[in-house]
Amino acid sequence: MPDGNTAAPASVPVLDVRDLKKHFPVRKGLLRKTTGHVYAVDGVSFSIERGQTLGLVGESGCGKSTVARAVIRLIEPTSGEVRILGRDILSLSKDEMRASRRQAQIIFQDPFSSLNPRMSAGEIVGEPLLVHNIGNSRERAERVAALFDRVGLRASQMNSLPHQFSGGQRQRIGIARALALDPQLIIGDEPVSALDVSIQAQVINLLMDLQEEKNLSYLFIAHDLAVVEHISHRVAVMYLGRIVEHAGKRALFSNPQHPYTEALLAAVPIPNPRIKRQKRLVQGDVPSPINPPPGCHFHTRCPYVTEQCRIEVPPLIEVAPDHWAACHLRQPAAVAVA
Amino acid sequence: MNTVLENQSATTSAAAKTVLEVEGLKTYFFVRQGVVKAVDDISFSLKAGEKLAIVGESGCGKSMTALSILRLVPDPPGRIVAGSIRLDGRDLLKLSDAEMRRVRGNQISMIFQEPMTSLNPVWSIGIQISEAIMLHQDVSRHEAFDKAVEMLKLVKIPEPARRAREYPHQLSGGMRQRAMTAMALACNPHVLLADEPTTALDVTIQAQILDLILELQERMGTAVVLITHDLGVVAETAQRVIVMYGGKKVEEATVEEIFETPLHPYTQGLLAAVPHLAAMSGLDATLPTRTRLKEIPGIVPALVNLPKGCTFAPRCAHASDVCCNEFPPYEMKRPGHGVACWHADKLQGDQHA
Repeated sequence: MPDGNTAAPASVPVLDVRDLKKHFPVRKGLLRKTTGHVYAVDGVSFSIERGQTLGLVGESGCGKSTVARAVIRLIEPTSGEVRILGRDILSLSKDEMRASRRQAQIIFQDPFSSLNPRMSAGEIVGEPLLVHNIGNSRERAERVAALFDRVGLRASQMNSLPHQFSGGQRQRIGIARALALDPQLIIGDEPVSALDVSIQAQVINLLMDLQEEKNLSYLFIAHDLAVVEHISHRVAVMYLGRIVEHAGKRALFSNPQHPYTEALLAAVPIPNPRIKRQKRLVQGDVPSPINPPPGCHFHTRCPYVTEQCRIEVPPLIEVAPDHWAACHLRQPAAVAVA
Repeated sequence: MNTVLENQSATTSAAAKTVLEVEGLKTYFFVRQGVVKAVDDISFSLKAGEKLAIVGESGCGKSMTALSILRLVPDPPGRIVAGSIRLDGRDLLKLSDAEMRRVRGNQISMIFQEPMTSLNPVWSIGIQISEAIMLHQDVSRHEAFDKAVEMLKLVKIPEPARRAREYPHQLSGGMRQRAMTAMALACNPHVLLADEPTTALDVTIQAQILDLILELQERMGTAVVLITHDLGVVAETAQRVIVMYGGKKVEEATVEEIFETPLHPYTQGLLAAVPHLAAMSGLDATLPTRTRLKEIPGIVPALVNLPKGCTFAPRCAHASDVCCNEFPPYEMKRPGHGVACWHADKLQGDQHA
């Protein structure tokens, strides 16, 4: 079993996801007959290199949280391939999977419901060490104290219960818990969305400092585009279970290639009263993922829709070097006129 | 639909008239641990058709200010202990409960953050909107329902006649917030209080709802108090901004002044702590990729038994002895720009230097 601290060869991505799918059955009636499927994640591929952050953005119901949970098998993917440090984790047994979670930890959005209210903060942070049978009780206590110190909590707070902490402090407990096993990959499922602006900045800075110190890789899931731009190296945009655009953050934010990314960026309010946003709003709501529209999922709201979009699913193609988009209106990089 | 709008032209032309005036408002909660000063000596006024934003972080008292204006503070443990709230010259705090009911939803109404919990799940939205209309206008059930459909059309809900017969759970989040807006505006209120109306919504839907609220308030001449924590929303919608911290108003100015020459250290910290979309804000896209955000150290104070002195002093880089002993007076530092900070003059000088 690979140890959490052995460095993988530089060429192997920390996380490699290929064609990941998760379909939830929809059951109805007395016999709970399956009447359809929610296509929560429908063929998603990406990889994250060591020390890099991939930001995954999209609106509610686009499947981004399902991706977060499926890559560490908190929910079983329907199909696809997930490799952590080169190792296919979908074929692992339950025990093997538990061991391999040392390398990939998750931080949740809600710092209120993701901490056990009956455990002290110290017990919460030390539990992963206990589960993985690391050290004796004195060593564990020392490790927990060191973690508390690193995330900006006082060691004297170790015996306090979660309700005695503020939201930002609770999120720090969640981060300390994720760090306890020295993972290589941390999945953050909206880790700063529930926090106040001034506290959010503290937690974002902490996450970025930790990344630099420990060369961590992050899968950072959020709906706030400014936060994602700030923290990520690469960004993937999801819409109804599929990645519609994927590029380095600079390219994606300054030169979006998919109409949905364009619409998302245009909708973000800018904190500067002198800049008047260009109003190019998309109309309507996100369609239900139970019966997603055929063809390009975005065609019901897209201002540039053509006949082809209603029928054919656009593939994710490389429209510029290392810039991928799934839109019929874009040409592959080789053909595109610069 | 046109009748709704024409009624309002008179109000719009009589602009610059003050519709809402809050003075020295104090709402305290008396709990076992002590007195929570949720709203502590808040004063402001609102002119007809004006757009005012109240910003602050959770627990700063911004929602309680709105609930106090509508006299919806849960009592006990809460109570409005001092102040006056004059709507069109009439002090709402002196009205009887029955008189207050005639004001609520009629001259002043509110949109809440969570449309799912503030709509009744067992009545269709058409019935709920017509209920508000029948309460304040002498119309039949049938006429009220027709008016409700008209309102749903006004807030751009497709197929309003069919949607009016649907229940809240059948609508998407954005549609529910549209229905809430329709209900709040059904009786042409002079003042609309919007408490985080778009916080629970996705960003593309948020843009739609903000546009809708602004379009309707302009057409109907309603004055809006927008309560939010999102500085982007403030910049796009408000004309004037009040910044609250720890139950008190710490700064008030026009939206341009708040963003360009903030005087209170808290306002300055808040603005610096928000990450900006570089490409969209006209910032240089070649700046170092990942910089640290400016933090405000410490945490938002609990409002129980606040220490004396400035509530922000424990987190403030400029705090001195006087800050820890006495709350600074709220003073006008420039025309229309007031601030409560002992060091505002010094900070203002720094900015001009």
